[in-house]
Amino acid sequence: MTSVDSAGPVRSDALASNQESRIRLYRVEAVVLRRWDLGEADRILNLYTRQRGKLRAVAKGVRRPTSRLAGHLELFAHSNVLIARGRDLEIVSQAELIEPFRDLRRDERRIGLAGYVADLLDALTSEDDPQPLVFELLTETLRGIASQPDPFFVVRRYELRLLGALGYQPELYRCVVCGRPLEPVTNAFAPQLGGVACPPCAARDPAAVPLPVGAVKALRLLAGERWATVLERRTGPELRSAVESALYAYTRHILGRELASRAVLDQLQLAGSWSAGSPSPR
Amino acid sequence: MRPKVTVEPVARLIDEFAKLPGIGPKTASRLAYFILRSPREEATALAHAILEVKERVSLCSVCFNITDVDPCLICQDEQRDRRTICVVEDPLDVLALERTGEYHGLYHVLHGAISPVDGIGPDRLRIRELVARVQAERPDEVILAMNPNIEGDATAMYIARQLLPLGVTVTRPASGLPVGGDLEYADEVTLGRALAGRRVL
Repeated sequence: MTSVDSAGPVRSDALASNQESRIRLYRVEAVVLRRWDLGEADRILNLYTRQRGKLRAVAKGVRRPTSRLAGHLELFAHSNVLIARGRDLEIVSQAELIEPFRDLRRDERRIGLAGYVADLLDALTSEDDPQPLVFELLTETLRGIASQPDPFFVVRRYELRLLGALGYQPELYRCVVCGRPLEPVTNAFAPQLGGVACPPCAARDPAAVPLPVGAVKALRLLAGERWATVLERRTGPELRSAVESALYAYTRHILGRELASRAVLDQLQLAGSWSAGSPSPR
Repeated sequence: MRPKVTVEPVARLIDEFAKLPGIGPKTASRLAYFILRSPREEATALAHAILEVKERVSLCSVCFNITDVDPCLICQDEQRDRRTICVVEDPLDVLALERTGEYHGLYHVLHGAISPVDGIGPDRLRIRELVARVQAERPDEVILAMNPNIEGDATAMYIARQLLPLGVTVTRPASGLPVGGDLEYADEVTLGRALAGRRVL
């Protein structure tokens, strides 16, 4: 890779503006969220980058089999990308894989989860809003989806942390209406009120989802640093489904719409349970 | 903004051309003016060809490839190996495989690939029809020739999960280094697959 970098050499103020316009290349660490075909052999990439947040760039010729870039700009790939400032759109000049998340490709349900993760990030963020922590969370989540035997809680943790990082941290310790500490009974997640509500207050939110004691505990753990302990616990299907519906109701309320990737995910997961393993066509 | 000097029928033609994939406003104008200057017969021939494609061409009821007779010529051809079905994403992929001259079996066209980010799930593709066809025709082998990208892999895995219990052999074409390519620029997924699929000389 070249050493040209937008944050590169220190220069005097007099020259700065002149040089700024001449330095047309910059380097970002990126994950490919989405791609669209453009023209004969090009693609538009929607990248989430550590340095600049979400950004769009054209990758020329990547649909040709001999493209040098193609394998480095695959969907969900984590790569170092050198970008040239174009007149309308940015143009990818070089790319080098950091992590291909190879094991993702061995299981269509994992690809489905990664698709949902990318779709949710795309829906909740806008361009030119760098959030290095969100980038970290994204790569960590993709790594987890590729490697965990059962990635269910990896994705729930991602939803919760992403919402927190973007300013939608739900209240999990006190009733979001009356402010009293939550009792160990079946409370409810109130998406319109932004957190857990105690049984009497839950009636205020028509979209409230019942939340058993174990589910509140799981949500608290997932929001914290020692979240990985959830992965080791035995968690029943009721608890899982309560945590999932609570977070789903919340994201749907924030977005004001359903995510298309979510419906696809449901179809893919119907095809087999996690214990079934993945088929391996020769 | 287009200046108002453009005559209305011409402007309409430009707008129609601009809807085509890969055609920008400049190319659209160039095409429109070419039509304007060309003899009447050529314009009529083009208009007819466009209409006929919509009226006469449909999907084969067996393999879902585009065809003007049903079943399509490939499905009707008794010379072809009926024990093998090659599944592809797109009708253009059938043409690409036919050009190789290496494949003599039948096809099944899915019309897309599973793409969770774009909201395209298995029910939008001709997968149910494929499973029914395999159950009925009992081929020896199903080749999953989807594109070797994430969407293609997801589609292949999903289909394999449905077909393997039926006792059919399910394969994918080898993937690896492109002919005329350069080892040094290969990414590790490609190179890894190329090594895994190496063969004795």
